[in-house]
Amino acid sequence: MDAGLILKGVSFSYGNHWSLDGISFGLNQGELMGMIGPNGSGKSTLLRIMDGLVRMDQGEVLLLNRPISRCRRNEVARLIAMVPQETTFRFGFSVFDVVLMGRFAHRGLFPFEGKEDLAIARESMRLTGTLDLERRSIHELSGGEKQRVLIARALTQKAQFVLLDEPTSQLDIRHKVEIFELISSLTQSQGLGVMVVSHDISLAAQYCHRMLLLNEGRMHGIGSPDEVVTTNTISEVYRCPVLVDKNPLTQTPRVTVLSKRAGVDIS
Amino acid sequence: MALRGTKTQIVSPVRVLSIGIILSIVLVVVALTSLSMGPAKVSMGTILAWCAGTQSVEQTTSMILTKIRLPRILLAGLVGFTLSLGGVVFQALLRNPLAEPFILGISSGAAIGAIGGIMLGLGFTVGVPLLSFISALATILLVMGISSRHGGLESSTLLLTGVIVNAFFTAIIMFFIATVSDSRLHSMLFWLYGDLSQSKYIQLSISLPLVLIVSGLIYLFSRHLNLMVGGEESALQMGVEVEMVKWISFIGISLITGVVVSFSGIIGFVGLIVPHLMRMILGPDHRLLIPASALGGAVFLVAADTVARTIISPSELPVGVITAFLGAPFFIYLLRKRGSQWTQG
Repeated sequence: MDAGLILKGVSFSYGNHWSLDGISFGLNQGELMGMIGPNGSGKSTLLRIMDGLVRMDQGEVLLLNRPISRCRRNEVARLIAMVPQETTFRFGFSVFDVVLMGRFAHRGLFPFEGKEDLAIARESMRLTGTLDLERRSIHELSGGEKQRVLIARALTQKAQFVLLDEPTSQLDIRHKVEIFELISSLTQSQGLGVMVVSHDISLAAQYCHRMLLLNEGRMHGIGSPDEVVTTNTISEVYRCPVLVDKNPLTQTPRVTVLSKRAGVDIS
Repeated sequence: MALRGTKTQIVSPVRVLSIGIILSIVLVVVALTSLSMGPAKVSMGTILAWCAGTQSVEQTTSMILTKIRLPRILLAGLVGFTLSLGGVVFQALLRNPLAEPFILGISSGAAIGAIGGIMLGLGFTVGVPLLSFISALATILLVMGISSRHGGLESSTLLLTGVIVNAFFTAIIMFFIATVSDSRLHSMLFWLYGDLSQSKYIQLSISLPLVLIVSGLIYLFSRHLNLMVGGEESALQMGVEVEMVKWISFIGISLITGVVVSFSGIIGFVGLIVPHLMRMILGPDHRLLIPASALGGAVFLVAADTVARTIISPSELPVGVITAFLGAPFFIYLLRKRGSQWTQG
């Protein structure tokens, strides 16, 4: 299990405001891991550290046994793909252009894609159901379509690890489920190691093999959804009364946020 | 809504080559037409026969064509090529539609040197360009030095620094101008609006190799630029060495812009309008946009300079007056018709 994406004692501070402290865990291939935690707990920063985009103060990130800090950007991009929370496109690139950009790290100096690149892009679009959007401008897409296109771009990178930063935050329930279904099936069929940041704990718990709970820059817990998502931990970390019970159909933990009216005193 | 058709085509080497050839043919036609125009009229037929070597012309005509018009046309083409290339690259690097090669202060930096040279009574072949080039380069190094932190160049800091340095130097230039009242004033004003009347072959042989090397290098970054307009972080995630691309591009473009400006003076608008025009017509892919803008810039400036030297013949206008006067209305027409293809957020 030492060939994955492994963090060892990672610490990072940003001014005096907040930090990540002593983060150690590994993401394996074929594993779908969910990262949860309150706003400002350091989820996005941790994701960026995992992609080698942030220079950490202590510890190291090992990508297939190599320190990520010593990899060139195109080496990292061949192994890790990131689906950012928000991407702005200043120009009207077509969906196909955008997906094809995922081939960047695989090309040399010659600035044109070959037949193989086009085939890989098409295959990624088929897997994400975006083939019929091919000729549309990226600006014209809805939130759910845009997310699927960005996932297609990540697949086109042919990376072994995919990191997604709140891919469902802008989406309605149907599109949320669609994205999780997609991520889950790709994890299996492509043997990817996937980390997904989400605020939808119950939904993530239905799909993720393991979950990582982050609180104020520290790991509050890591393990199966059953272990991590409990009434006490979620209420405590999010400082909000919740009830966690079992979803009767999936047997996965289900989080219900309790209103003041419920009259429950959690403490 | 957005333009359909051309821009959704995948950019292949064949497509780039064919657009390049079309624009090159247009450039040659415009250049030959320009060669025939001027106070001494030479018909197109004579020009073509003369070029083919099948007909000789009078010695004075031959002198006018080879010693005066041809170097000027060639330099105009090279200047237009360079400024427009600089514009398209700066717009991508700074992710700003208002960016052009002068925005980081090269123009005012070059102007300080040139105005100083003119005040000192230096010649237009060596003295003024040399002083201008040195001060342009010093300015861009100053701007980049101020803006860099921990080896990184941040776009908005660069832009703001450039604008402020420009304002400061413009004040100095105005101070110089205010103290001069003789014929040097005319030279200064012409230089500030772009003047190609001093074109010499020696200027071409200095700038041409440099421009070719830098534009070749920049072209290798065309895919990098495609990714970088989507944000530097996302470009990093997909494998672009963003800081390297930025440093090499900024320095390369500044170098060639500094060289051509030292010969031509400040010709505004070319670096802004031509890249936008090409983006409206051909779409946002830099593999196509870079060569098309550069060649389009050459066509545009050769045409504009022809108008500048013939419209009030035997007097001349600064070419910068023509680029803005003809370019602005045409640009606005296209902007209304097609939109800028530039969306925010």
